[in-house]
Amino acid sequence: MIETIGLTKYYGKTLAVDDLSFTVRPGAVTGFLGPNGSGKSTTMRLILGLDNPTRGSTRVAGHPYAQLTKPLTQVGALLDANWIHPNRSARSHLRFMAASNKIPVTRVDEVLEIVGLSSVAKRAAGKFSLGMKQRLGLAGALLGDPQVLLFDEPVNGLDPEGIFWVRTFMKNLAAQGKTVFVSSHLLSEMALTADHLIVIGRGRLIADSSTQEFIARSTQTSVRVRSPRLADLRSALGQAGLAVVDADDALVVTGGPIEQIGDIAGGAGITLHELSPQSGSLEEAFIQLTGDSVEFGTSRAVSGHGGFAPVPGSVPGSIQPPGLLPPPGSPPVSLPPPPEGR
Amino acid sequence: MTLLNVERIKLFSTRSPYWCLAAVVLASFGFAALFGLVDQGHAAIPYLILRGVNLGMSIFMVLATLAITTEYRFGTIRNTFLATPRRPAVLAAKTLLLALIGGVVGLVVSVGCFYLAKALAQDPPLPLQLSSADDWRQVAGYGALFAIAAVIAVSVGTIVRQSAGAIAIVLLWPLLFEGLFTLIPTVGPKVGPWLPFASADKWVSPTSSITDVFQSSASGPTPVQGLLVFAGTAALLWVVAVLVLQRRDA
Repeated sequence: MIETIGLTKYYGKTLAVDDLSFTVRPGAVTGFLGPNGSGKSTTMRLILGLDNPTRGSTRVAGHPYAQLTKPLTQVGALLDANWIHPNRSARSHLRFMAASNKIPVTRVDEVLEIVGLSSVAKRAAGKFSLGMKQRLGLAGALLGDPQVLLFDEPVNGLDPEGIFWVRTFMKNLAAQGKTVFVSSHLLSEMALTADHLIVIGRGRLIADSSTQEFIARSTQTSVRVRSPRLADLRSALGQAGLAVVDADDALVVTGGPIEQIGDIAGGAGITLHELSPQSGSLEEAFIQLTGDSVEFGTSRAVSGHGGFAPVPGSVPGSIQPPGLLPPPGSPPVSLPPPPEGR
Repeated sequence: MTLLNVERIKLFSTRSPYWCLAAVVLASFGFAALFGLVDQGHAAIPYLILRGVNLGMSIFMVLATLAITTEYRFGTIRNTFLATPRRPAVLAAKTLLLALIGGVVGLVVSVGCFYLAKALAQDPPLPLQLSSADDWRQVAGYGALFAIAAVIAVSVGTIVRQSAGAIAIVLLWPLLFEGLFTLIPTVGPKVGPWLPFASADKWVSPTSSITDVFQSSASGPTPVQGLLVFAGTAALLWVVAVLVLQRRDA
């Protein structure tokens, strides 16, 4: 169980999270969805007590994170797979984390086995590929066999096999009754993984519903029809109270099931050359919903570093003064450098 | 104890501490050997023999600074805080570990260097011996200085968070800043000897002048006062570091 109540975070004058209240329940994978820079990572950092909220509060497993005793045994998190010392072995990395929460060393070898890193446990983690680093991060999250798990963009940079592995993995955790909270900027990915969705944009809550409901509500289905007697068909459909829009040499009909449209055409004796359902893509729906709340607008090329949100302040430790932010609609500018190189 | 063990695992599972410690040993014993050999050890008084140990102390401060700044550099500080949200306890454990290591290293290296120079020097200006408390202070006193220097380095590293900046501070502060300060007319010579690292130096300086080799300056703190100034500076910086650590986002 994760709760946030009126969570608000300013970095300087930049509002990163805006009065966010939601609850993440156990036994399901809850997706945390939003465009790059919408405040997903910040919210997770606030939940985990890494950043201090400007206002509001968070609770994990019933308590503020800072008050948990042996937090790794209650909450596991993978926020950034690159949070490793490049010269430290994978095993030592997990060993210091285990020692801090009195988790036995045997558990370190266990989780390394679970994520499939046993054979490279003694190798320096800096030489790992991104996929291996993600696995190491997952191993760290699982160390204390916690009931609550938070993952920030866990499939970023993974190959299809790795993505499938992580997806199955998270579903299994939820099936065991654990609370799984996973962020992503890809709705299509979340549609396959999450049972429930919390959608944010510009730090504000946009939707909090089941994945099915969210998709059904936000993707409008329409029917495309072509006919040699287009004008007659248009009036017949209009009389039946359906919304009709012209699209080149076809009509796009909304507001009624596909059967009804076929029946109307048949009843009027109109020949049809095409009658096909058109479902809007998930991505379109997502962009529609969050379109107003994308931080940098479309004129700004959001290439991202491996897709991590380029929010000022999401670069750990470097708080960018708000004066350096371009106004919406300004030409593309180079993003602040990633945390490496500091 | 748990946290001390965690910090021990972290420190010794990377390579840089080993290199730094090797450099400390090399600098210290190299200088001691030079003073023992050159001119038949005519300049071999403890204070000068152990100038290399003083350089070693700067190197040790780099080690201690890196112990915290690399955590910020690579983000492992966040793993640390996720595992132990009580940040002051984390900093206390890290500081204590490095102060302990510093104490042992400073003590072993300085005493080792003293005996190396003693073995090599054929004609020391005064017999090299560790009999009085004052003799011990000038040699083994480095143990205390290393421990306090570690506290300063960890505190500066916590406040600055960036390796380059923090290392620049802990190196330039004793080498340049305090030296330049002393050049300021009237104020400099009066206040200069009371600055932290000049004070620390008093703790290992001879109190009486040794003819034609070393002139000890009469102004400034006594050895004990010097040690207290140095320790006080460390305590102050550490408190600032804890406050900053609590308030800032990790």
